[in-house]
Amino acid sequence: MTEMTDSEMWLEVSSPFCGIASDDLTIKVDGNTITVVENGDAVTKKGFETPITDTSPRINGKDASLEQAVKHIADLFRTSKQPVISGMATDLNGVRSAMALADKSRATVDSMDSTAGFRNTLVLQDTGWMVTTLTEVRNRVDVLVVVGSDIEQDYPRFYERMVWNKESMFDQDIASREVVYLGKAPSGDASTSPQGKKAQVITCDDADLPEVLSILRALVKGKNIQAKQVGGIDISVLATLAEQLKQAKYSVLTWSAASLNFEHAEATVQTLCEMIKELNATTRSNGLPLSGKEGSVTASYVSTWQSGYPMRTNFNRGYPDYDPYLCDTNRMLAADEVDVLLWISSFNIGRTPPKSNAKTIVLGRSGMTFDQEPEVFIPIGTPGIDHAGRTFRSDGSIAVPLRKLRDSGLPSTFDVLTAVEQAL
Amino acid sequence: MLKKLTGGRIYDPAHGVENEVRDIYILDGRIVKRPDGIRIDEEIDVRGKVVMAGAIDMHTHIGGGKVNIARTMLPEDHAADVIARTELMRSGCGHAAPSTLTAGYRYAEMGYTAGFEPAILPSNARQAHMEMHDTPIIDKGGYVMLGSDDFLLRMMAANKDQESINNYVAWTMTHSQAVGLKVVNPGGINAFKFNQRKLDLDEKNQFYGVTPREILLRLARAVNELGVPHPLHVHGCNLGVPGNMDTTLDTIQGIEGLPMHMTHIQFHSYGTEGDFKFSSGSAQIAEAINKHKNVTVDVGQILFGQTVTASGDSMRQFAAHPHSHPNKWVCMDIECEAGCGVVPFKYKDQSYVNALQWMIGLETFLMVDDPWQVFLTTDHPNGAPFTSYPHLIRLLMDKTFRNDILSTLHPEAQKASHLASLEREYSLYEIAIMTRAGAAKLVGLADRGHLGIGGAADITVYTDDADREKMFSTPDYVFKDGTMVVKDGNLIEVTWGTTHVVKPEYDISIEKSLKPYFDRYHTQKMGNFKISNDEIVDDGRGSLTVQPLHKGGPI
Repeated sequence: MTEMTDSEMWLEVSSPFCGIASDDLTIKVDGNTITVVENGDAVTKKGFETPITDTSPRINGKDASLEQAVKHIADLFRTSKQPVISGMATDLNGVRSAMALADKSRATVDSMDSTAGFRNTLVLQDTGWMVTTLTEVRNRVDVLVVVGSDIEQDYPRFYERMVWNKESMFDQDIASREVVYLGKAPSGDASTSPQGKKAQVITCDDADLPEVLSILRALVKGKNIQAKQVGGIDISVLATLAEQLKQAKYSVLTWSAASLNFEHAEATVQTLCEMIKELNATTRSNGLPLSGKEGSVTASYVSTWQSGYPMRTNFNRGYPDYDPYLCDTNRMLAADEVDVLLWISSFNIGRTPPKSNAKTIVLGRSGMTFDQEPEVFIPIGTPGIDHAGRTFRSDGSIAVPLRKLRDSGLPSTFDVLTAVEQAL
Repeated sequence: MLKKLTGGRIYDPAHGVENEVRDIYILDGRIVKRPDGIRIDEEIDVRGKVVMAGAIDMHTHIGGGKVNIARTMLPEDHAADVIARTELMRSGCGHAAPSTLTAGYRYAEMGYTAGFEPAILPSNARQAHMEMHDTPIIDKGGYVMLGSDDFLLRMMAANKDQESINNYVAWTMTHSQAVGLKVVNPGGINAFKFNQRKLDLDEKNQFYGVTPREILLRLARAVNELGVPHPLHVHGCNLGVPGNMDTTLDTIQGIEGLPMHMTHIQFHSYGTEGDFKFSSGSAQIAEAINKHKNVTVDVGQILFGQTVTASGDSMRQFAAHPHSHPNKWVCMDIECEAGCGVVPFKYKDQSYVNALQWMIGLETFLMVDDPWQVFLTTDHPNGAPFTSYPHLIRLLMDKTFRNDILSTLHPEAQKASHLASLEREYSLYEIAIMTRAGAAKLVGLADRGHLGIGGAADITVYTDDADREKMFSTPDYVFKDGTMVVKDGNLIEVTWGTTHVVKPEYDISIEKSLKPYFDRYHTQKMGNFKISNDEIVDDGRGSLTVQPLHKGGPI
């Protein structure tokens, strides 16, 4: 529970911005101004400290009341032939209200991070995986392999909280932990141990990752490799890594699907996940897909338990119709298939809707600016700042409570979309 | 508003009432005596019809992480059973891993008014409650899982006294908003993280030196001493392993007379005899249950077809993955607390093993004498989806139907079972015990599962039909807290049930060791771990019902 001290300091605040849901933040609130005092990082500070600018809804650029804006949205939905609800960067109840509206209005649902998310989801649906969670990593990891991702950019406190923590529950010598980068090199020193031991870095181009991982998997399985090099990496280097994984007691292979930005990256994630399963024939090894920033896991989870499907689902025919290709918002907008786009983006003023010819409604964080003024804009509250909520962490198992830190008067996504649904 | 159900044939085993014609009066969601001087607003003629309390599923995986993983993994299974939106109902999907909304509607349509999620990890309890919050009509609640969590194992390795363990159990149940305590493969999920691949009842966890037998005793004693009505809910060691009947018999002996519920006992009743080295242990298991009145079981009946197995038992699910159908599976280690495994599965009637599993489950139902000791489950969705309950009820009530199906199964399996010789047919009264009165008593629901004065008006009305599958598929009426939600098998109103919990007392000093434990080792603060009452109420649709405790032992 977040505790509030006399001086408007909030303790043990959890962050919906960082994906690993750090919940040890100390935050100072002065009116509408928020400052992360302790345990902030570039991602959480920006997330919490973005100031409120506009508070009034707009219709076609002109100030309007919330009631007018809600009515306008309901009118757009009522006449729409192909509405899409996307973005989906909100909290539990925000997604619930979006799903209820989608069901009623026969809309398509998608989220702003689906392209990355489906690189993992398609693997889960095709072959499955073995994965672990953050507390297990913190206490058990002996070899960490970071695949194709510079994780400290997006998850600045990952190493501090999960790898270079002071102690493990199982008396492990933390300094003995090994970190290996495969693919991209780290941009900073977060992966360097407090004793100064640097991560081993084995670089290759993204384009070569599929082949490099295939070879690594083959080596783990004990196959002979004729080639001497793959993607510029000596086979002997990969053979050493394969051996290191087989010898490890609890290796963790992590990746950020958003960083695997190449065609059919899901096939590469699959190779990696199948290799992890194979390692478990004799030892323990797990995957750790990193994501969950700004509600992406929450959107996928709520959609799954309410409809059976993790986003990219349409309700045109009155029931959920899942198609990760056809229901991709980007594809639908580019093909001019959408007449009304509702874009939910309550965390990050930089995450504006894709350009399109659709009539666009934005429920966005206050301070958002647009190249193309949407037909309706409602500045909405940010979960965990302007209203209470809950969000899922990257590893999926854990949802953290988000607190209301200030009384800005900004409505929640749930309030707005529930009103729209009722108006329909 | 006063309602009267006139002239029904009442089956209310909690009050020893079997097939007696009586009227029932409902006021403000409760069953009441006929009030004087109040006009009857609505009279429903149920003459000749069978009236029971709403059914209670005491073990059904309806919410939480592993269920949602199962949903994610099975788009092809959903596609064959998508549900369109109606004026009343949201759209969704059904079959093996239904959407929360559809699950609630379908339970109600079958006359069920409560379902209990049996495997809630403390760290995942928030998600389980979110999903149950989105499950309409039925009441719900959950059993929180301990036994492979490092905090308990550390306490046990350090020889902490029983009172400390009781405090920890009570604290965890309170703050995860649970109604019961579950243990899954005691210590085994933890051992798997240390690369142990099996853990017998007396085998030590290699790090802690603690055995499953000790864990079971400690937790069963905690539940008993705290006065939690639902006995320790045990998913035992060696699930699915041929020969595990010995472990199961040993577990029954080893609990030293403490109350214990052994779940999906069918999966724990296997011998190693015969050419296939796989045989039925149900006779010995049933005999042990008949002798030990402290033990209850639910069966976890398998039925043929596609389903998905979702379990906290990561150790056994990993071992089962070669049987996955379709070939995809998930295993997870979770938060130094637990784990899970999700393995899609297709039970085939021409498979010797699957056919015998079907027979073992039915043998158990038929050979446990006392219906207050055995409960009707398929361990949804692990043995079969809950929507197959009417079929299962017919198998129990109709020997000819049962033996007709039996005769079509794998011939060698038929030879290995004496099911065909079992004459027993369950009566309506016994079905009402298993699915109502017994289940409510077992879970600890004081005001549910019966039709006595003051009870909640959760009532199901059936037309008596010799085809019991038909009868139990489509009740004439279902009332939830007095509201008619189903008429002629169709949903006519959507309500939102309550969440049942218990609040055992604990000494707050337990937080002196828990808070630093969270700070040092966890990635979440203790305060953020706790689920508040407000979270259950949520947007106003939810509510919390605190069930009374039994008189406990020392605390």
